[in-house]
Amino acid sequence: MSNPDPAPSLYAAREPVFPRRVKGTFRTLKWWIMAVTLGIYYILPWIRWDRGPALPDQAVLVDLANRRFFFFMIEIWPHEFYFVAGLLIMAGLGLFLFTSAAGRVWCGYACPQTVWTDLFILVERWIEGDRNARLRLHRQVWNGEKIRKRAVKWTVWLLIGLATGGAWIFYFTDAPTLLGDLVSGQAHPIAYTTMLVLTLTTFFFGGFAREQICIYACPWPRIQAAMVDEDTLTIGYRDWRGEPRGKANVAGNGDCIDCMACVNVCPMGIDIRNGQQMACITCGLCIDACNDVMDKIGKPRDLIGYLALTDELREREGQPPKSVWAHVFRPRTVLYTVLWAGIGIGLVVALFLRSPIDVNVTPVRNPTFVTLSDGSIRNAYEIRLRNMQGEAAEFALTVDSEAPLALSLEGQEGLVVTVPANETLSQRLYLTAPPDSPAARAHHSDVRLWIAEEGTTNRVHHDTIFNGKEGGDG
Amino acid sequence: MCAKPIKHEPRQVETTGHQWDGIEEYNNPLPRWWVWVFYATIVWGIGYTIAYPAWPLIKEATPGLLGASTRADVAAEIAAVDSANAAIKEKLVAADLNAIAADPALAEFATRAGAAVFRTNCAQCHGSGAAGFVGYPNLLDNDWLWGGTMEDIHLTVTHGIRNTTDADARYSEMPKFGTDGILDETQIAQVVEHVLALSGQEHDAALAAEGAIVFADNCVACHMEDGSGDRAQGAPRLSDAIWLYGGSRDAITETVTNARFGVMPNWNGRLSEDEIRAVAYFVHGQGGGE
Repeated sequence: MSNPDPAPSLYAAREPVFPRRVKGTFRTLKWWIMAVTLGIYYILPWIRWDRGPALPDQAVLVDLANRRFFFFMIEIWPHEFYFVAGLLIMAGLGLFLFTSAAGRVWCGYACPQTVWTDLFILVERWIEGDRNARLRLHRQVWNGEKIRKRAVKWTVWLLIGLATGGAWIFYFTDAPTLLGDLVSGQAHPIAYTTMLVLTLTTFFFGGFAREQICIYACPWPRIQAAMVDEDTLTIGYRDWRGEPRGKANVAGNGDCIDCMACVNVCPMGIDIRNGQQMACITCGLCIDACNDVMDKIGKPRDLIGYLALTDELREREGQPPKSVWAHVFRPRTVLYTVLWAGIGIGLVVALFLRSPIDVNVTPVRNPTFVTLSDGSIRNAYEIRLRNMQGEAAEFALTVDSEAPLALSLEGQEGLVVTVPANETLSQRLYLTAPPDSPAARAHHSDVRLWIAEEGTTNRVHHDTIFNGKEGGDG
Repeated sequence: MCAKPIKHEPRQVETTGHQWDGIEEYNNPLPRWWVWVFYATIVWGIGYTIAYPAWPLIKEATPGLLGASTRADVAAEIAAVDSANAAIKEKLVAADLNAIAADPALAEFATRAGAAVFRTNCAQCHGSGAAGFVGYPNLLDNDWLWGGTMEDIHLTVTHGIRNTTDADARYSEMPKFGTDGILDETQIAQVVEHVLALSGQEHDAALAAEGAIVFADNCVACHMEDGSGDRAQGAPRLSDAIWLYGGSRDAITETVTNARFGVMPNWNGRLSEDEIRAVAYFVHGQGGGE
């Protein structure tokens, strides 16, 4: 394997990005979104919600041990997982809608990677200064100042990471109790492990990996590319206005003065003037930066701005661009909205129609029936009765069938069972047909069991069958 | 950040010498990282075979320095479950048989443990659904040879029936009325008609009337005058719809002629007291318990 020439490296080292501070409409919007999303994330587990003594009083809680999901007045049981599936489908359709209307707005404004990276860059700027100071620090040798600034920065990052991981686990168990346990070292090892992992991933993703996550690791940008069409609003540079670049007020030059403001503020380290590109998360910061410059040199704004491919063609021909609303309201986005709203309405209706009790009846098939000493025929059933309420409830069982059948319960007199709050009761139940009665002789008969909550109008039924002698030997 | 374009310059690299339809393959070196990962897997592999059981020997594999053993893991898991259940098993053994049902946790444990014991030890004869078979009693119905209370079932499971291994086993024996020449064929035919009459089946009234006399002379000591049987002796009730060996004319004739002798092992030697109590509770809760 003689190889006279060294092969070119297949690995391109990351070029560090030092985004400059910027002010403007989109930056303000991003600050607000950051405040709201982080606020929700950190505060939500601490909101209390009274559900009675038997249930947790945390407004939002994923109770894995008891397999429940609590969201304010809503409580989801495992058998109602379709609600979660429905919400996920809605989230997916919502992303389709926003992406087809306005491109990668999720990436640019709301994605946790973007929000936390923004927060980390903010911390970085407070400690190390703006772009030029950070560049200088980056290039300078490791001296006391650099070590101090880096150590402080990393410490703050780690603390943010710790708070992030910490807030995450509060969603899975009672937050005040867990905080006490965490501090006193008594929490479950899984809690500490989860915190540690999330602290480190936050620290690493927000502090060091940053735009590389979007470019190399995340599949979503690649999927989004398939959802963007020529009418989708994305961020573009009006090169027909800007080029050729050069000094302002020189005849023949375009509006772009090549000040690099748009490049310097970009958290992804790209030059938007090269056109649409894979790395662009459409955060809008280059728009803010360019508008600022355009204002200063007295040129019209929006040399860089939100525009669609169709607008580009129109503008090149000297026509005005379509309005924003014409881009947003299209058959495609309307279809997404209708689907999204349809599922949403379906879920809300299902939520209000669901019964607070749920019953499952399994006929015992081994044997299908038992002959009693007086010749009557008895079938056994296993019933599971869920009481999805905050307090214990009594349920009366009745049977409804054409042929006369007697109902009885294993291990107790009467036909009323008590199910503790928020629990599922298993009960063996018997139906007996008198000797030689139609049901005793038939192959099988249809039966409906009614379960009614005492003192309320709640009642549910379950249809099953009664096996008679014709069905085989028992 | 964008990757810089890679410049493809003509390079002097040997080819592998193979050719497919004019296509040649460069003999480029493997990527450095790949080679190091490959070496690392070799080192890891050697270390693994030292640390864990790996090389097959004549009887078993090399044990490995870490002493890992899946058998030991299973044994440890079983021991952990046993020790976790130790307290409730003690409670089950100490409990009054009729008080188990009142303690939900104990009842739940007894039902589940009893179901496991039943499937392992009892299902072979009584069926996995406890519905029995000809000659093996159905445990779900409300007819019991030796009684269906918790105490009765517990005693039956503990000592068994008609076995020779437990002196306390329940025991009774029906004479072989035909084989031993106690009754002749006519008398047997008559008494069979009477038994059919007792259980409300189709019968010859004239023969049954004769049979009533034979029954009174030979059977009432155990089966009682009205055929209601005697649980103290394990004598079946003849006046109901449940027949262990069949209630047809032929089956009853066979029973009277040659008698029946069902056997059940005593489980006190094979099952622990908590297992016996659990299975008794399980059987009691299947619909027939008294």
